[in-house]
Amino acid sequence: MLPVELKKDIFWVGVEDFGRRDFHGYSLAPRGTTYNAYLLKDRKNVLFDTVDAQAAAAMLERLEQVLPASKVDYIVANHLEPDHAGALAYMVERCRPEKVFCSAAGLKSMAGHFDISGWPVQTVQNGETISAGLRNIRFVETRMLHWPDSMFSYILEEKLLISGDAFGQNLASGCRYADETDRALLVQAIEEYYYNIVLPFSSQVLKTLDLAAELKLEPEIIAPDHGLIFRRPEDAAFILDKYRELALQRPRKKALVFYDTMWRSTERLAGTAAEGLDKCRVPCRVMSLKNHHHSEVMTELAGCGAVIVGSPTHNNGVLPQVSAMLTYMKGLRPLNRLGGTFGSYGWSGEAQKHIAEALEAMKVEQPVSPVKCLFKPKTGDLAAAFALGEQIGAALTARCRE
Amino acid sequence: MPKYVCAICGYEYDPAEGDPDSGVNPGTPFDKLPEGWLCPVCGEPVSEFTPS
Repeated sequence: MLPVELKKDIFWVGVEDFGRRDFHGYSLAPRGTTYNAYLLKDRKNVLFDTVDAQAAAAMLERLEQVLPASKVDYIVANHLEPDHAGALAYMVERCRPEKVFCSAAGLKSMAGHFDISGWPVQTVQNGETISAGLRNIRFVETRMLHWPDSMFSYILEEKLLISGDAFGQNLASGCRYADETDRALLVQAIEEYYYNIVLPFSSQVLKTLDLAAELKLEPEIIAPDHGLIFRRPEDAAFILDKYRELALQRPRKKALVFYDTMWRSTERLAGTAAEGLDKCRVPCRVMSLKNHHHSEVMTELAGCGAVIVGSPTHNNGVLPQVSAMLTYMKGLRPLNRLGGTFGSYGWSGEAQKHIAEALEAMKVEQPVSPVKCLFKPKTGDLAAAFALGEQIGAALTARCRE
Repeated sequence: MPKYVCAICGYEYDPAEGDPDSGVNPGTPFDKLPEGWLCPVCGEPVSEFTPS
């Protein structure tokens, strides 16, 4: 594939990874991913970020269709995670750059990943600007968005923001631009990425959006390090607004029920709780953890103001898939959710206590007591599961009206 | 002396260790950190810290 010229003398030189499914070792990339790297041709030729180590040769080949690697003067490493910096040592060796720029925290990550002795590394401060010739590049620290080392590079004269992982999506579609892709698919990919990677740092997202306004960064093009590029001003505005909405996590009138089951009693309760939600006209998706990876379940939570969790009691605890899901969800720190729990048990019945505690630790408001049923659900148990869904549905409806 | 943890990145300030990279000597309690001190990992102010 050829390099893609985003603006005069600014090129996409990344690589699409159509076959990638395991993303970062913990989430799914069902549509593959794209490692975006960018090249600015100016008096100083500047390479922004690299790609996964396995894609290094493909990146070099693309870059060299613009200019020989030896002509790259500066390399900017906005973030040192291996999907962006995996090919950094390879590129440093081939480009022999005059300087490699990163944030102060980036230097620690860089030294942790590579032997950087002899590399011409220069750390940059928040707000510092360097000249490439006709264009100036301003660096904006975006610590914890999503690593301590993360920063943005903003090409002032072009109003072009290279944003690292922020605003990214896992999409390998053959397209480069957001306006070339179905909007619903794009939104799904943005939410999937946000809810599996960016969510814990929502307060940083809001601060960064405010900081960008304060610094009078008014990007007309937003070029993330994964997925599609927002090249029209209206698309740049769209993704900034979308991030504010995702970060605020205002309640949405939809519910998620996820569960695992042994002999299908807990599954029956899941369906009944969903009927209770349905009575309140709260749409509900029921997800079995046998059928859905934890990252798919997290993505679904993006649209849901309530989450109800089901597990039978197994060896005095919860089933392992439920435990894993709760651990994953807790780390991603969702906010402003209502919830509850249900499950079947045979003799001791501790699962609901464990789940209620896990939800409590996530500050999930639980307006209804846990629903437990001995072995198979009887009429009273089904009524309790229905009421669980109905009451959470009513509470969510009220919250969405506030 | 109590330790404090940053709500954003999980860094724990241990008064026994201080934060020598930022010029804070070992033995400095959390409430005696110099004005303007920021989390050495993520750059957040002391308001983001809670007792661990």
